[in-house]
Amino acid sequence: MSFDMFAVTSIAILVTMSLALIRAMWGPTVFDRVLALNTFGTKTVLLICVVDFMTGRDDFLDLALLYSLMNFIGMVALLRFAEYGSFGDEGVSS
Amino acid sequence: MSSLIDFPILALLAITAVTIARMRDLWAAIMFTGIYSFLSASWMLILDAPDVAFTEAAVGAGIATVLMLSTLALTGKKDRELTHAPIMPFFLVLITGCVLVYGTLDMPHFGDPQAPIQLHPSPSFVEKSQHDMHGLPNVVTAILAGYRGYDTLGETTVVLTAGIAVMLILRKEKDESPKKRSKETRR
Repeated sequence: MSFDMFAVTSIAILVTMSLALIRAMWGPTVFDRVLALNTFGTKTVLLICVVDFMTGRDDFLDLALLYSLMNFIGMVALLRFAEYGSFGDEGVSS
Repeated sequence: MSSLIDFPILALLAITAVTIARMRDLWAAIMFTGIYSFLSASWMLILDAPDVAFTEAAVGAGIATVLMLSTLALTGKKDRELTHAPIMPFFLVLITGCVLVYGTLDMPHFGDPQAPIQLHPSPSFVEKSQHDMHGLPNVVTAILAGYRGYDTLGETTVVLTAGIAVMLILRKEKDESPKKRSKETRR
């Protein structure tokens, strides 16, 4: 019973990931794509958690935490770049 | 059961790779490389390699995105339009892919207990680690802290040297004020 529940959940998450990917490809503006990428990262974290519970392994949850952190950092970097066109004065590249 | 997740993730990986290759807007391509890193890290996780997935998520999705955005800040946002059909690179990639697939034919199956990695080095580690590490009872600790310690020390030295070299190349000069001012007016 619970096995089927996890399977259905992962299918639903994969469908959402595909929809987010389509939006990221299509997205006319930058912000559509940023939002789609953020959704995609969040769904990846969710998928990892579901796989974790499905296979009964505990060590995947740490990875899910790391993924969400990386998603956040990537988002901040992307948005900063979208706002300023560079990383400002404190970056090495400026 | 796991094929339920395996195949969609592999399909999404392929779709993302084709999208990156066809994309002319570099900013969006960088975002797709982020998606690609997340997907491949999930794929490695499902293949039961959490440490590799850890590294892929940290380096691929985190650091590489920031590095490529820094590169984009130095260059431009748009790729140049193609003037001719890239037939030659396409065939090169195709042939390389075929050779790689041909190379996997010799590999042992996933989780095969008769694979060389299960037979050759591991038993000797189990037998000798207590003697080599002067009586350390835990084999995993002996391998991680003893054998791999030297390995990691060497790797860290290489990474530190590379980092110092990159910082020396990319460091900001003191007398750079005219360039900086022009950048501020551009904003």
